[in-house]
Amino acid sequence: MSGLSLNDVTKQFGDFKAVDRVALNVPHGNFVCLLGPSGCGKTTLLRMIAGLEEPTSGSIAIDDDDITKVPTHKRNLGMVFQSLALFPHLSVGENIAYPLRIRGRSKDDQAKRVDELLKLIHLQGFADRAVSQLSGGQRQRVAIARALALSPRLFLLDEPLSALDAKLREAMQVELRQLQQKLGITTIVVTHDQREAMTMADLVVVMGEGRIRQAAAPVEIYRKPADAFVADFIGMTNLLPVEADGADRAMVLGTAIPGLTLSTGVKKAQISVRPEDVRLIAPGNGAISGTVTFVRDLGGTIETFVEAGGKTIVAVATPRERPNVVAGSPVGVVLPAESCVVLEK
Amino acid sequence: MRREAPRSLADYGPLLYPAVMLIVFFVVPFSTMIAVSFFKRDPAGFYKTDFVLDNYARFLSTFFGSVLGFSLMLAVLVAICCIAIAFPFTYLLTKCSRKVQTVWLVCLLSVLSLSEVIIGFSWSTLFSRTAGITNLLVTIGLMSEPQALLPGFGAVLTGMVYQALPYTILVLYPALVRLDPTLLEAARTLGASPVRAFFNVVTPALRNTLVATLIMVFVFALGSYLLPQILGRPQHWTLSVLITDQAIYQSNMPFAAAMAVFLVLISLALVGLTLLVGRKENAA
Repeated sequence: MSGLSLNDVTKQFGDFKAVDRVALNVPHGNFVCLLGPSGCGKTTLLRMIAGLEEPTSGSIAIDDDDITKVPTHKRNLGMVFQSLALFPHLSVGENIAYPLRIRGRSKDDQAKRVDELLKLIHLQGFADRAVSQLSGGQRQRVAIARALALSPRLFLLDEPLSALDAKLREAMQVELRQLQQKLGITTIVVTHDQREAMTMADLVVVMGEGRIRQAAAPVEIYRKPADAFVADFIGMTNLLPVEADGADRAMVLGTAIPGLTLSTGVKKAQISVRPEDVRLIAPGNGAISGTVTFVRDLGGTIETFVEAGGKTIVAVATPRERPNVVAGSPVGVVLPAESCVVLEK
Repeated sequence: MRREAPRSLADYGPLLYPAVMLIVFFVVPFSTMIAVSFFKRDPAGFYKTDFVLDNYARFLSTFFGSVLGFSLMLAVLVAICCIAIAFPFTYLLTKCSRKVQTVWLVCLLSVLSLSEVIIGFSWSTLFSRTAGITNLLVTIGLMSEPQALLPGFGAVLTGMVYQALPYTILVLYPALVRLDPTLLEAARTLGASPVRAFFNVVTPALRNTLVATLIMVFVFALGSYLLPQILGRPQHWTLSVLITDQAIYQSNMPFAAAMAVFLVLISLALVGLTLLVGRKENAA
């Protein structure tokens, strides 16, 4: 298997399993986002790939080359840290040239490569600046350029954009993705921001409690979450209990959902329905009956909170299809069977 | 936080206490000493008020010149040894667990409670032929027979480094604890071996701390006068020993004062030079 492969990688700190038997294959040139809440082991996994932590068991290989025991400085990778870790005593150019300098490249080589990289990150002419003279976004780009200076086999980023403000972060996400596509480098980003993951990744790996809960393309993760944890973590969703009745109909909050069936033998499960798939109609007509508790009008979208059978269901609509309801109105909730994901675990 | 320049006289109030202390315990005695250094010695009594340059002239001999040279050399050597030992040690200490760090720091602090006299005599026992560490080496089989390691230059240097080391470590410790560990990790991911990363990243980041510590230990070692006498031969005596000798045993206050003033001026000049060189390198 070419590319990066993790084979049952486990990291234990005392009794606590930070990373639990993670197995993953990342083909060449893929952009992978490790996504999960804090403490799910994603940063520990990244640090093991970088060689900054040693796995308790399991192995890591690049292009069938076992690198589990190879020290960090011989792995030929580039890493961007959350704190960026730019060297304060070196200028921008010297920071970028550092990996070249310690490998004994000539001054001309270094200068040439620094120019190339500064051009790549749109900071031409900044080579002689001090790091402290740069803005947050510029520092971010310098850290990226430094990590890429040696054209590494692997490009690792640990929450690289978390220090930037929201607007700049979105811009950098797009920029980072474009840069990665231009260079075709295998990239792994750790993030807890699902929007970031959806924007950039070819492959999103959702982690929880040290394990991989689902690894798939962003749209698939969103459309077909593997379990309730993933469905809940990625975007907004409605998680509702579903039961099979005597006639094998799927019952949600006491109402049958036409067209939805559970696998044979399964009596109880959960369904996940995205808010934009929930339709609100007049009460009756076989819809789940509920009461509107709150309407949040955000301009671009309208979120309607409906209480039904002790659960709150959120429906999102565009202004054009605005439901004609106010708080307190009785309403019928329709869950289209084709957009219900049954989570049997 | 915004800092305002003090405006009224009352704003300077907090400065009053240190200012008075400095004047009473430093400016006045030091001025007296400078004055005394120009007085004439009275063999019968103490000294007579006068203005002569004899005391300084006498100092400019090969003997006192070489003693001054030796004192400065010894102090510089002690400072360099302390940094060379303390810097890597403290760095590794900050990587240990909290518990280990506390134990080490408490032990180091307890070394500070020992007086110079105790340190001197302990080392003179350890370096002796009859009860010293060479007996241990003989037992292990590394040496054929026990040796006396003192008096000698090595013994003086060891004693003084031992005495100054806890100060060095305690001064370096806070700076090293604050150092961002990801700087080192970043250097490693960029291809630097751990040792190389230490010299490329940690050392430059702590340049100013290191220079300040070097100066502190240098000044500290310059004042040492007991250890050279306990552990060294007369040729290992520092200028401080000679100053004490002149002031107390020869009752030649003016000459002792002149030597003291000279020592202060030379060390100030050296400290100034170090700072100047440091600044130039920073600018470059």
